This record gives sequence, C-alpha cells and structure tokens, in this order.
Amino acid sequence: MAENQNDTMVKLENVNKWFDDFHVLKDINLTVKKGERIVVCGPSGSGKSTMIRCINRLEVHQQGHISVDGTELTDDMRNIEQIRSAVGMVFQSFNLFPHLTVLDNLTLGPIYVQKLPEHDANKRAMALLERVKIPEQALKFPGQLSGGQQQRVAIARSLMMQPNIMLFDEPTSALDPEMINEVLDVMVELAKEGMTMLVVTHEMGFAKEVADRIVFMDEGEIVEVAAPDTFFNNPESDRTQLFLSQILTH
Amino acid sequence: MATPAQSGLTRERPPILKISVIDWLRANLFNSIHNSILTILCLLALVFIVPDALRWTFIDSIWYTEDSNVCRAAAGACWAVIPEKYRLILFGTFPYDEHWRGLIVILIIVGLTIISAFERFWSIHLFTTWIIAFVIVLWLMLGGSFGLKTISTNRWGGLPLTLILFVGTVVGGLPMAIFLALGRRSELPVIKAVCVATIEIIRGVPLITVLFMFSLMFPLFMPADITVDKILRAQVGMIIFFAAYGAEVIRGGLQAIPRGQYEAADSLGLSYWKKTHKIIMPQALRIVIPPLVNDIIRAFKNTTFVSIIGLFDLLGATKAATEDPKWQNYAMEAYAFIFIIYFIFCFSMSKYSESVERKLSEGRNY
Repeated sequence: MAENQNDTMVKLENVNKWFDDFHVLKDINLTVKKGERIVVCGPSGSGKSTMIRCINRLEVHQQGHISVDGTELTDDMRNIEQIRSAVGMVFQSFNLFPHLTVLDNLTLGPIYVQKLPEHDANKRAMALLERVKIPEQALKFPGQLSGGQQQRVAIARSLMMQPNIMLFDEPTSALDPEMINEVLDVMVELAKEGMTMLVVTHEMGFAKEVADRIVFMDEGEIVEVAAPDTFFNNPESDRTQLFLSQILTH
Repeated sequence: MATPAQSGLTRERPPILKISVIDWLRANLFNSIHNSILTILCLLALVFIVPDALRWTFIDSIWYTEDSNVCRAAAGACWAVIPEKYRLILFGTFPYDEHWRGLIVILIIVGLTIISAFERFWSIHLFTTWIIAFVIVLWLMLGGSFGLKTISTNRWGGLPLTLILFVGTVVGGLPMAIFLALGRRSELPVIKAVCVATIEIIRGVPLITVLFMFSLMFPLFMPADITVDKILRAQVGMIIFFAAYGAEVIRGGLQAIPRGQYEAADSLGLSYWKKTHKIIMPQALRIVIPPLVNDIIRAFKNTTFVSIIGLFDLLGATKAATEDPKWQNYAMEAYAFIFIIYFIFCFSMSKYSESVERKLSEGRNY
C-alpha cells in the first residue's frame, strides 16, 4: 500500500464536474504512475481538456478527490500555488507572455516562484532553449517566432519550473502541419528522459510511439484505458472502435 | 511568356498621377452645387474676418506700454497687459520677491515630465527622482528651512499651483485607478462593492461638486481643531475624480487580456500580485495608454476648476490680475496669453499620445 502511494504521481478518484447543469466529468478514476506517459483522446467535448485542467486547478471539480504527488488539491491558495509550480502545463494556444522576451518568459517563474537568482535562472533557461533547439531566439519576442517555435518555448517555460509531471492540452492543434513534428520531437525526447506526461492529443502516431497507456474519453466518461497495442488493434468498446474508424480513415 | 509577367511584378510603384491645381479644386471644392456654395461662403467669411483679425492682433495693437491710456487710444489689441501683469498671472499671490522659487518649481516639473515621456528612462531611478523632486518642490513652495522664507499655502498660485495640482492628480490618481480597476474585478464581494460604489458615485457627479464637497463639506465633519489645508483638500478631490475615470479606462484594458495569459501565469504558480504586476498590468496599461493620456490631458484642464473654490491657479490668477481697474478692459488679451500656455501643454501631451499609439500599432511585437 505504502509503496503504491509512493509511485503514484496523480490520482483522480470519483471526480465529477459540472458547467452549470452540464455534467462534463462523470466519475473519473485515473491513476498516473511516476514516469508514466498517458495519452488522452476522444471526440471534442468529451471532457479531456477539462480533466487535465482540473489537475492544476485551472478548473475546479465539485466532487471527488484529486491528489498530485501525494498532496490533495484543496481550496487553500498556497496549496494550489505549490501544486501548480510542480505541474507543468502546455496549452493549445501557447499563451506566451507577448510583452516579455523569450528569455524573460522562461525565467519569470523560477525567479518569482522559486526565488532563484537571476543568473542561475538565465543559465537554466539557456540550457533548456538549447534542448528545444532555439537558443538563438532567446532575446526575441514571442510575436516574432513561428507557431512551432512558440510552442517549444512554451514547453521550455514549463520545464523551467522542473516539474514532476507535464500536462499537454492539445499542444499541436493550433499549429500549421509542417510545424507539428518539431514540437512532437521535443515531446518524444522528453518522454525518453522519463518525464511523467499526460497528453491530450489527436496525434495517434505520437500515441503509438510513446504512450504507456491510452485513455479514451467520451461524453465525460473514461470509456477505455489500454496499452497502445490493444487500443489500436483490439479496442474493447464500440465507442472506441467508432472513434478510431473516424480518425484513422485518412 | 514568363518575361513580361515577371517585369510586371518587379515594377515597384504605380505610375505617378499628375493633377493640376484646377483639377484638384474642381474635384475637392467645387464637385457639386452644395459644395460650391459652401466653398464660396467660407471664402467670403474669411475675407471679412481675417483682415480685421490680423489688424486687431498685429497692426493696430500695442505691444508694450506702461500706461494703459495708450491702449485706450489704440484700436487693436493691448498686448501690453501681458508684460505688465505676467508675473501676477504666472505666480498669482506668491510673494513677489520669491517668484524665482515658483519658476524653479515650474522648470523641475516640466523637465521631469518631459524626461518621463521617454520609455528608456522608465525605471526605479525615475521614480526615486520624482520623490526627490517632490520634496524639493515642497521645500521651495513652503520654505521655512535652509534659509527660505516661509510662505503659507494660501499664497500659492499661478502656474506652479496648476502644475503641482496636475502632477499630484496624476501621480496620486493613477495608482488609485489601478487598484479600483482591480478591485472592481475582484472575487471578494466586499472589495468589489466598495470599488464599484466609489467609481459610480464619483463618476455620477460633476468635478465641481466633488471639489465643493471636499473644500466646504469635509471640514464640517471634522473636529473643530483639525484643519486640513485647502489645497490638499482640493488635491484629494481631484485625485479621486481622476481615479474613478482612470479605473474604468484600465478596466477596459484588463478585459482585453486573453484568459490564456491568466492561465499561463497561474500554471506557473505565480501569486495573484506577482501575476498582476508582471503579466497582466503591463499588457493592460500598454493597451490603454491613448485613452489614459486623454484622461491626463483632461486632468490638466480640470485644474482650472479650483479657481471656483477660491484658489488662484493659472486661470484664477489671470482673473485676479485683470481686475486692476486700469487694465480690466484687456482681460481678453490676458486670457489669450494663458490660452497659449494651456494649449502648449495639452497639445504636447496629445502629440505624445499619438506617437505612443503609432509605436504600439507597429505590430503587436512590443
């Protein structure tokens, strides 16, 4: 039991959420182990984004329990800020800070949340920009970069906080097709380094390559959780089969 | 096949159209019967007005005399009232021998304001400089130490008073506007209610009412032995009035910030104040610089209202200066003089706002 607790990164228990009277998450149960890569897919409106946004409390769930690295999410703002700083999040629309340079975008979190000296933050930032292969853009503003570059900066910005887990909310959906791969490459590399990842995406190639498990959601429920092999070749539920047939026809 | 198409592409400019003056007149001033009539009427009006105006202003006018009877004999403007009264206009009832102190105050405030307009000087040092300047200005105006004669605030007047009230309004009002705007969007009901009430009540009454409230009613509510200086009371009233309008302008900027910016800041674990200070406010304020400068210009002109509650700002001092029976017929010329002063200040601020706007519209790259 105690051992189990220790290698659990995120645990959702009977999580329910409503937007007004729309029941958007229904009895969600999901455990993400340390180092595990989980891809969440499903039709739009199925609650996948809402689910991962509950994990760092960008959305508030009304029933059930969510714990991150052993700490349960409560209304206490300190608790929330502490969990947020340990959970990295990458958004569909990048959400870089347009008035700050790439470098300042990266160092802001460590300097003001972790109280890291500016010099160390800059060093950490340059190392990460090297890793996402755009060190030469450090002094540019986000508006001067391509979509793919912006998303890589956003990934680097999350990594700056040295998070225990990374949440990706459709990271490639807003990108032009030729830029999707440069972002996926960074994510694959991150996965290889052992980062715990929870990724909402429609990139099934990526799912096949890196996912330990694939979660399929529909109408606010987790319909099926399976290893990629089983998921793509032998899906259990009809809904999964229908979804796969729709997205894999082209 | 490809060559002519390519040469067509490489031509960079459209051919220059040559338009003669007559064509231009026909196209712009005489392109319809209505426009032709209007053009002729305007020309006639100019012919009647301009020569007389020029004659009054420049030809028949008296530029300098110490004897107001000379003016009485002349048909044109009596500009002589300005050299005669300019010190009273510029410094009001400030003791005559101490006018140099007022002059230094004017130079400090105008100089620092110009420096503050340049983005490259925006730093904590500028802020410190303003605080030091504030102390020096107070020392120059009040005196009483380091060898300066004490001057009571009820002798303050003229341009120094106008500038002090203006800078005080903006410096005190902007932070208050920011907090009111943030408070209005607060999720805490009490804070929100207080901010909404303050903004709506102040915006719902004219400035003159606010000034009367602070200068006449406020002392009634205070214990008899506590008196707050009249200028300070007016200043507080003007600050609150400016803040109420500024808050609504800033709120507009806050609403223009996409939700993703808040979420990105939240997901880093930034606290509310850090998020507001580093992410949200810088972007919101940049958006609202043009309307905010508009409010600032208005604040400058609104300083004239204090002449109604008996302070001798630039307008009040001019009114007082032209009450001299020898010169009272030439108030118009004196007002023309301060018209130019107000115009220089307001027009420069307006031009500044324009240049900021132009800079911001050059792409959203900041």
